[in-house]
Amino acid sequence: MVGGRKHYDVIVIGGGASGAGTARDCAMRGLRTLLIERLDFTAGATGRNHGLLHSGARYAVTDRESASECISENMILRHIARHCVEDTGGLFVTLPDDDLAYQGTFVDACLKAGIEAEVIDPRDAMRFEPSVNPCITGAVRVPDGAVDPFRLTTANIIDARRHGADIITYSEVIGFVSEGTRIVGVKVRDSNTGIVSEFYSSVTINAAGIWGHNIAKMAGVTVNMFPAKGALLIFGHRVNNMVINRCRKPANADILVPGDTICLIGTTSDRVGFDQIDNMTVTAAEVDVLMNEGVKLAPSLATTRVLRAYAGVRPLVAADNDPSGRSISRGIVCLDHKERDGLDGLITITGGKLMTYRLMGEWATDMACRKLGVEAKCMTAVIPLPGSENEESKKRKSKSHIIELSTEQKAAVGRHGTIGRQILDNVRDDDAVVCECEQVSVGEVKYAISELHVRNLVNLRRRTRMGMGTCQGGLCACRAAGIMADANNCAEAALNDLQSFINERWKGMNPVGWGDTLDEAQFMSWLIRGVGGLPGSEIKK
Amino acid sequence: MAYQDTNISTNNFEQCKKCTICTVYCPVTVVNPTYPGPKLAGPDGERYRLKNARFFNEALKYCLNCKRCEVACPSNVKIGDIIQSARLKYSKTPVKLRDIMLASTDVMGTVATRMAPVVNGSLRLPAVKKLLDLTLAIDSHRTFPAYASKTFVRWFEKEAASGQAGFSEYVTYYHGCYVNYNYPELGRAFVKVMNACGIGVRLLDKERCCGVAKIVNRMTTPARRDAEINLRSIRAAVAAGTQVVGTSSTCILTMRDEYPNLLGLDNSDVAESINLATRYLFQLVDAGKVKLAFRPDFKMRIAYHVPCHMEKLGWSIYSTSLLQMIPGVELVSLPSQCCGLAGTYGFKRENYKASQEIGRPLFEAIVSSGADIVATDCETCKWQIEQGSGVSVKNPVSILADALDVEKTMSLNNI
Repeated sequence: MVGGRKHYDVIVIGGGASGAGTARDCAMRGLRTLLIERLDFTAGATGRNHGLLHSGARYAVTDRESASECISENMILRHIARHCVEDTGGLFVTLPDDDLAYQGTFVDACLKAGIEAEVIDPRDAMRFEPSVNPCITGAVRVPDGAVDPFRLTTANIIDARRHGADIITYSEVIGFVSEGTRIVGVKVRDSNTGIVSEFYSSVTINAAGIWGHNIAKMAGVTVNMFPAKGALLIFGHRVNNMVINRCRKPANADILVPGDTICLIGTTSDRVGFDQIDNMTVTAAEVDVLMNEGVKLAPSLATTRVLRAYAGVRPLVAADNDPSGRSISRGIVCLDHKERDGLDGLITITGGKLMTYRLMGEWATDMACRKLGVEAKCMTAVIPLPGSENEESKKRKSKSHIIELSTEQKAAVGRHGTIGRQILDNVRDDDAVVCECEQVSVGEVKYAISELHVRNLVNLRRRTRMGMGTCQGGLCACRAAGIMADANNCAEAALNDLQSFINERWKGMNPVGWGDTLDEAQFMSWLIRGVGGLPGSEIKK
Repeated sequence: MAYQDTNISTNNFEQCKKCTICTVYCPVTVVNPTYPGPKLAGPDGERYRLKNARFFNEALKYCLNCKRCEVACPSNVKIGDIIQSARLKYSKTPVKLRDIMLASTDVMGTVATRMAPVVNGSLRLPAVKKLLDLTLAIDSHRTFPAYASKTFVRWFEKEAASGQAGFSEYVTYYHGCYVNYNYPELGRAFVKVMNACGIGVRLLDKERCCGVAKIVNRMTTPARRDAEINLRSIRAAVAAGTQVVGTSSTCILTMRDEYPNLLGLDNSDVAESINLATRYLFQLVDAGKVKLAFRPDFKMRIAYHVPCHMEKLGWSIYSTSLLQMIPGVELVSLPSQCCGLAGTYGFKRENYKASQEIGRPLFEAIVSSGADIVATDCETCKWQIEQGSGVSVKNPVSILADALDVEKTMSLNNI
């Protein structure tokens, strides 16, 4: 446990991508850093988006600044986060319903923002990406890709820790400690024990996404945020290998992204109340919109199994001079509350998007350094994340593998990058497969439990993909719960955890509960409840 | 929600409900821990291979293509086909000379039958076996089936063809490599039974190996070439109003199912006319078109072994029903399980041990059954069972031919 008396230079609130990125940056610049997360890393918007490595093309016409940020961060992530990124390439396709004239505007805007956008023959587009709707009338190729937000955040956390940062999860900030007009610490409640403790720092950075709205309120300042819900559908396997976007003004369900073993269509965009942000459910109407629009991009989605539906909340920030929220920016908002509100010691970093998490960290850390009088250069754009270190060592290692790796070993390397290679020996000892759909071995689970802040099965899923596959935890959750019970020496907690994990999986399957997904859920229910005897995990009609 | 009705996956592997019953029925999984099992190698692995071809695992070569996983699957996933297709599509290892030799049953047969005594004698010499083991990794415990000095086709042309005139009903016989090069007796037995029932026998215009050995050894180009020649001949035979009937369950399964599923050749116009000898005969008897009479002195205790591909076809009932028509036959059923040879699979040194382990429970069941003989519709099961249990094995058609009262059968059928 982290000592309550220790004084930090910086406390970062929030374990999403921007919180983790900020903590990494602070720690790399030699600041004594503490990151506090209310639940688990990536539990908010970071873990509930497309996983799209934007080229910026999507914003080129409507928001030049975001587009430029995206393309520059895109290139940086390809270098520093190789193991989290997949260079799939992307297409912007024009459908018969769309105005082909928009293509010209779009390409011009891309080129002005520094994004390579190449108009290609629709027939070539079909050759590059056979799943694309054959009726397309135009196609533009852009440097889109896929990024795994779970892996990305974990890698930032690991690196922050390597540079001396302390990390605590399942600890909620319930108030601030202030001295006059200065924030000097935070009051934190451990969600397991309920014990409240105080941590002190010179600077506190609010990087809590949409929850930052309430954090600011606790400090007595106002950051006007608007939660915007975005729903997505996950399909059972990869239909496309390139990102397919619709070449029109950004609208609902016009991006299909291949991510790891699956692909995702999204999103919708609707304002919701703050009372809903902790309990997002996807409605039937949203599923209909996503399916109807999705099949226009790739017709085979109509006959592909839908695994689950989920929704996240974008933290949209209103400009300070517009409390109504009509003028919304998707850009990064970095607020020095001393300048803005006369409250010293607090910075809010918000807005932005997964793509710009690193830049958000850089801005917030720059501001913190100025406050602390520290002169240190930001290196996060140059030094690769753990798992993505230079390639020479990888090449040397791979030569030693004369015996072909099993699929789960290859999957582990894919997920953890060079760290995956280090845990290979571990995997060899514990070669049994826990999650068959996503090829997660006992060794990988043990590594995640001991090294990656895993308290429960949901945490484990985010670190390894365990339970993300077609059976949605039906087979692997029990095995993983067994390993958790051994690791924590508590069977009862593991059993309760198993039950809530299964119910959480069912929550995502429920909105798309038909066909093979419904059959699978029924089978899973028999298995878990009927054979396993776990109560309360029945499917509610 | 209109999609509730229409969004049913057309991707066969997505219909997998992860029940894992396929892995329970897989004969390899129990004896070889490096084989991922049908679920992981099939539908689970397919998702990863769609993500990136580098997730292909060469351990899929341990699949012996028995298709018992497909029989077990309650969701109708073509697991075996998914695995074999993945091997054909993704495997990067070159096809070994040994595999080419083992799979080229027709070429090897043509050469070997010309000098059968020399070939048979030398293939039995321990020194030659050792040499084959050392140079080609063909396991020295294996004995190749003896080659005949006269092929079935030569015998048929010289001694049987002229007698096939004047029948009112005809059948086209697909003899396969084994009958032609190694065991013409079975072909002769088929002709004997058919003729006694009043049915004349024809051969295909041009017959090639069915290709199963080439498919599982990843030689798809020659396999497809052979399959196209066979399909052309089969179409001509069907157009002439005959069914195409074989005595090997594997050849028949290959031509009916593997041609479209693994080689991508559409045979839907003729698939239903490709039949197994015992099923063809049973259907005739059942319809009252043919009557059989058996010798009263024929007495035998027979254990029927269900070959894997027979299990996949679902046709063993036809063979056992025919055998049970013989008054002197006491039929013992064996547990339906793989014998372990799977054609060329068990000849490879790396598979020999697993092949024997898979078959062991079957050999024990055969020995303890007290059967005089084992009946089965597959020639490679015959080799394995004879070597493993010491009990001799015959095709049901050979047994029928032995038990048949030819004259009485002929008169019953008005010949």
